[in-house]
Amino acid sequence: MYEHDVIVVGAGGAGLRAAVAAHEAGADVAMVTKLHPVRSHTGAAEGGINAALREGDDWELHAYDTMKGSDYLGDAPAVETLAQDAPEETISLEHWGMPFSREDDGRVSQRPFGGLSFPRTTYAGAETGHHLLHTMYEQVVKRGIQVYDEWYVMNLATSDEPDPNDRTCHGVVAYDVQSGTVEGFKANDGVILATGGPGQAFDHTTNAVSCTGDGHAMAYRAGVPLEDMEFIQFHPTTLPSTGVLLSEGVRGEGGILYNDEGERFMFEYGYANNDGELASRDVVARAELTEVSEGRGVEDEYVHLDMRHLGEERIIDRLENILHLAEDFEGADGLVEPMPVKPGQHYAMGGIETDENGATCVDGLYAAGECACVSVHGANRLGGNALPELIVFGKRAGYHAAGGDLGEAEIDTGYTDSVEDEDDTEFPVQPGSAGLEPTGDDVAADGSGQVADANGVLERAVETESERIDRLMNKDDGVQHAEIRSKLQKAMTDYVNVFRTEEGIKQALEVIRECREEYRDVYVADPSTTFNTDLQMTYETRNLIDVAETIALGALVRNEFRGAHWRQENQIRDDENWLKHTLVSWNGGKPSIWYRPVLLEGEDKTYEPKERSY
Amino acid sequence: MSTQQQEQPDTQEAPADPEMKGAESPQQERLEKKEQGLAEAESVDESDVEGESVHLKVFRYDPEVSGKQEPRFDEFHVPFEKGMTVLDALIFARDEFDSSLTFRHSCRQAICGSDAFFINGSQRLGCKTQISALQQPIRVEPLPHQEVVKDLVVDMDHFYDQMHAVEPYFQQEDLPEGELEEQRQDRENREKVKMSTRCIWCGACMSSCNIAAGDNQYLGPAAINKAYKFAMDEREDEEIKEHRLRILEQEHGVWRCQTQFSCTEVCPKDIPLTEHIQELKREAVKKNLKFW
Ligand SMILES: Cc1cc2nc3c(=O)[nH]c(=O)nc-3n(C[C@H](O)[C@H](O)[C@H](O)COP(=O)(O)OP(=O)(O)OC[C@H]3O[C@@H](n4cnc5c(N)ncnc54)[C@H](O)[C@@H]3O)c2cc1C
Ligand code: SF4
Ligand code: FES
Repeated sequence: MYEHDVIVVGAGGAGLRAAVAAHEAGADVAMVTKLHPVRSHTGAAEGGINAALREGDDWELHAYDTMKGSDYLGDAPAVETLAQDAPEETISLEHWGMPFSREDDGRVSQRPFGGLSFPRTTYAGAETGHHLLHTMYEQVVKRGIQVYDEWYVMNLATSDEPDPNDRTCHGVVAYDVQSGTVEGFKANDGVILATGGPGQAFDHTTNAVSCTGDGHAMAYRAGVPLEDMEFIQFHPTTLPSTGVLLSEGVRGEGGILYNDEGERFMFEYGYANNDGELASRDVVARAELTEVSEGRGVEDEYVHLDMRHLGEERIIDRLENILHLAEDFEGADGLVEPMPVKPGQHYAMGGIETDENGATCVDGLYAAGECACVSVHGANRLGGNALPELIVFGKRAGYHAAGGDLGEAEIDTGYTDSVEDEDDTEFPVQPGSAGLEPTGDDVAADGSGQVADANGVLERAVETESERIDRLMNKDDGVQHAEIRSKLQKAMTDYVNVFRTEEGIKQALEVIRECREEYRDVYVADPSTTFNTDLQMTYETRNLIDVAETIALGALVRNEFRGAHWRQENQIRDDENWLKHTLVSWNGGKPSIWYRPVLLEGEDKTYEPKERSY
Repeated sequence: MSTQQQEQPDTQEAPADPEMKGAESPQQERLEKKEQGLAEAESVDESDVEGESVHLKVFRYDPEVSGKQEPRFDEFHVPFEKGMTVLDALIFARDEFDSSLTFRHSCRQAICGSDAFFINGSQRLGCKTQISALQQPIRVEPLPHQEVVKDLVVDMDHFYDQMHAVEPYFQQEDLPEGELEEQRQDRENREKVKMSTRCIWCGACMSSCNIAAGDNQYLGPAAINKAYKFAMDEREDEEIKEHRLRILEQEHGVWRCQTQFSCTEVCPKDIPLTEHIQELKREAVKKNLKFW
């Protein structure tokens, strides 16, 4: 068993920032990550980091834009914290040597981005995430923080009180991919989940193969609610064949969208008469799919993104890597022809419910980055708002876990008697594990009330996972993870995409149920304990099933159109009934759904919901 | 063809060492050659392969599984699709035929640096290599000169150790005092380090380097390039730069490089590695640092 004060699970931007903060607060920190840190998907971020740095801009404008962009489902204390702390955190990155693009006067460059009232997206070429990731990793190396890389975290070691709000997380169980050893990692002060997005729940996504929602699923099974999971952002400009993203930076610099008839449809068909191509992502994504479904798509599948008029010099200066992406992954030369694009799954606004200090309702368990829902993005994330979230809330979580004082949080976490329960919706099938798992080990904490000390909790968790591995490896026949995974992904893309209907979502829930049933028969064919990715992907697939189900459940109950979530049956934003977050709790394998009102009360103003028009 | 432009910084001085004399810019030449090579490869008519299957020969090895302890090649036939990459073909083979086929990969877009393999005899990223540009059967092997863990997975620890050996972190301590004041940096200086900052730690360069193969302690092109990124960044003071040059000019540092350009040829990010190493040699000479 390994032992540290703070264990950070995941080493993307959020995890690295959390580790540095915990280290600076004096804690003995270790990072446990299934990928080497520099392989994390933060490296793929292109566009930039929103921060109010310049004269004429201020954090209040940033907070206002974020709230409006969120379609009034962001919590004001979180949104304001993001906007207030982003400038300092961005400058810290510069002080750590991050190679930002520069203006003539030598200051860091900023550019316009969709939904922003000021050009505050601070960037480093078209590879901002790559530079952020490497700069943060450099700081971890500098501090000598211990990194267990290529260790796959399988489960949390959480105590078993009946009420999740009373539980404590004492560490994690991880598997050394290289050697196959299972070990307990004891955390004396806290565990921070920074495991990134769940994009692999869909089959056309900008997310990496490793973005499998592991942190979401582990927290969920330990009793932590998942919040606003129905809000999935579909990015309007991904390459049709791979899902590789072309940054919003292209449109920020003046790139134009055309349909097959050469019309600039954002204006011609009135999708966004003011902002055109720079309207919020959900608006542009729906516009594109409408063009395609009304027969004006190119090859009935995509639209064109044209940047040729910007000129070679400007393109090479600011958007050079876009040229490479279009060339290498789609065979299109952005200097001489328009590039094909279509919407793809891109970002999960929802996630593990936390307060603005990164804490969940389980004592000692934190979450930060894309896997968390604080919530700053509400129903829709603005481009350039995720990277500042990583560093702002990664830092807070790290500092708080290490015992630092951030004051009482204003945001509540955990189920209490005062929340509103969902009891109207009929489910086509019983969601959750519902006794489907072969043994009772489908939960991290089973609510049995069994009391054990930290070591006991950890030992039991290690035992459970070792047994699970044995079972998967000793089974000689059955279904393989890849089959289940692709079935799940297809159902999510078919039915829980940009346009959603009640019938479709129910269909998806049925497929998810089938996937669960098939998963009972899953087996790992590779008998090796050396670098067994078959085993790892089998674990990940189980996580994807749980996460996909929460997305579909949220989408089913929320019968309104808000931000990225559109419902055919009720195509309006229904503020009277829906200014509230959706929460799904696992409850020992039987999901229950409940709501908490959104917090629109800021430090010194209330954000009145306004119509979101672009 | 790659659209990448190799800008020669105008601050550049004439090469100071014999190998570099005469040739106006060997770097440029190599890159042109590399681009030509790519262009030729891409001229393979796509319709030749479309609708047909891709023939892969993949290296297999597992230290614990009988039958795999002796390295062997397995053959896979995968249906071709337009735009298919070597990584796509490997994923298909694994998901459809043999779930024990093991290789690192994650981003699918040449940014995580996980999937550098030895493909048809040269180091390339699986995700960035179009099937249509390759001769079949396509041989996929683990990176040479690194210990094989299993199938296409090699042990990267030595590579990471070398990367860490150059103190790869910004060391300027004297920072602007004003609230939210950034350090100033000239556009030109940012441009100068730009290419060096693109490294994704894939290890292709190190694997291609004969010197690194013969001298286990040689820092290698990626680590030297990482140091270049800091040494050339005007935001760090002169004395830090000198400290960096001292690390680099040690016995197993820049002077080991014999300008064979193999690293530059394979780098998927088109980083002019050899040029960077040469420039650091010149800097060390300028600073009168002792060399081996
Ligand atoms: C293509 C693309 C472009 C983007 N561009 C922008 C942009 O311009 N601006 C912006 O603000 N946002 C952007 N985003 C969003 C933003 O980049 C992501 O939300 C963010 O980087 C996620 O960071 P993270 O640290 O939460 O997770 P990641 O960087 O994904 O890191 C997750 C980490 O968790 C580890 N991990 C996961 N599961 C386990 C497990 N079971 N055990 C151990 N370790 C585990 C992984 O190894 C990894 O280290 C972009 C996203 C994409 C996909
Ligand atoms: S320098 Fe190029 S080849 Fe070497 S590790 Fe970096 S990206 Fe890979
Ligand atoms: S899969 Fe990330 S570099 Fe190829």
